[in-house]
Amino acid sequence: MSWTDLTVLVLLGSGLAFFAAGSLGLLRFPDTASRLHALTKADNLGLGLVALAAAIYGGSLELAVKIALVWLFAVIAAGTTSQLLARRARLDETRLDETRPDQPDLDPAESAPGGEAR
Amino acid sequence: MTFAFDLILCLMILGTAGIALFVRDALAAIAFFIAFGNLLGLAWLSLDAVNVAMAEIAIGAGVTGVLLILARARLLALGDDAASAATPLWLRLGALAACAGFVVLLAAAVLSIPPESGLDRVVAPLMPGLGIENRVTGVLLAFRAYDTLLETFVLLGALVAVWSLAPAGAWPGRPADPGMTDAPMRRVAGTFSQLLLPVALVMAAYLVWAGSDLPGGAFQAGTVLAGGLLVAAMGGTIGLPSSDRPLLRAALVLGPAVFLVIGLAGITAGGFLVYPEGMAKALIVTIEYALFLSIGVTLALLVAGPPVPGASGPNPEGKG
Repeated sequence: MSWTDLTVLVLLGSGLAFFAAGSLGLLRFPDTASRLHALTKADNLGLGLVALAAAIYGGSLELAVKIALVWLFAVIAAGTTSQLLARRARLDETRLDETRPDQPDLDPAESAPGGEAR
Repeated sequence: MTFAFDLILCLMILGTAGIALFVRDALAAIAFFIAFGNLLGLAWLSLDAVNVAMAEIAIGAGVTGVLLILARARLLALGDDAASAATPLWLRLGALAACAGFVVLLAAAVLSIPPESGLDRVVAPLMPGLGIENRVTGVLLAFRAYDTLLETFVLLGALVAVWSLAPAGAWPGRPADPGMTDAPMRRVAGTFSQLLLPVALVMAAYLVWAGSDLPGGAFQAGTVLAGGLLVAAMGGTIGLPSSDRPLLRAALVLGPAVFLVIGLAGITAGGFLVYPEGMAKALIVTIEYALFLSIGVTLALLVAGPPVPGASGPNPEGKG
């Protein structure tokens, strides 16, 4: 086994460990915010490590640039969707819990029913 | 190692398909359907069918997934709980018998094809005459161009059918604004779409160009364009056009029209959809670019749905 193979194995293994931890957090954590917290770690670091492993395994600069772009867009998309999910969850919480006063930065018009995120 | 990968992939495909079928909650079923589509794309990839893999992931999982999620949201808005009711036993057994019979028929048909009689052997010697390398594009745009021409008209017909569902008074108007109504969410989605839309345009244009020689083509590229347009509409970066805009109508019919005109012009070269000697590649790329634009706009509008009343203002509000 060459040093390259070993590096690929270590990167792939640690990437998968992050994914496993993220999935465990998604299943076990109690509320949306902590679940998203667990999931984004897996997306950013886990996917990054797996992508790095794939790029080293591929062995060409052209392929590495393509993989880096895929990783970059996956991370941007994941960051965007988790922001949207977190905001949605917070709006739903505020709407369900009528007794609690609205969050200071929540305009009642913004959280009116019918503002479904799609 | 590859065998183990294929085996795990097969089990995951069957598992996600099973969950998508049997889970009661519609949203969970849709989520597993999307996962199923992506895994199926991986299966096509491991069979070296890259064109099919791209089409499956982009259209089968992507566009269809969005359509299903929107259909569920619309059902919920109408007061339907969008959950599947318990079906009687005879119906389930009947469905099982029908599906099992179909699987046996399909398997018998596939297994009866001798391994050496693939389409590839027929197509490969004909490719040099076209001047392109991608055999799938060769089949779709030259050897079986008739099918593809009809498909593009079917897609246009589907949009006409969706538009015909517009309630009285809504025509001609805009589809319901898919933009997010919550200001912070709209800002986040808007920023993302401002980055994504130009990249999607470049990516889609590349996919059409590469489609002559590498996996890709008008349908895959059109889906990428539709995805970029829809995300931009959700982030409020672009508004959806009114259904009577001449420019929009032109974009919708451009692809099928260019295809049809080039096909008819082929009559002078020997028959309908015959490309003159030496001009095949130029004509195919022309058709593909026109088709790409039309397919992208049509798919985006299919997802957006029919025009709704009151959405014809310059800055329409979301309608839930």
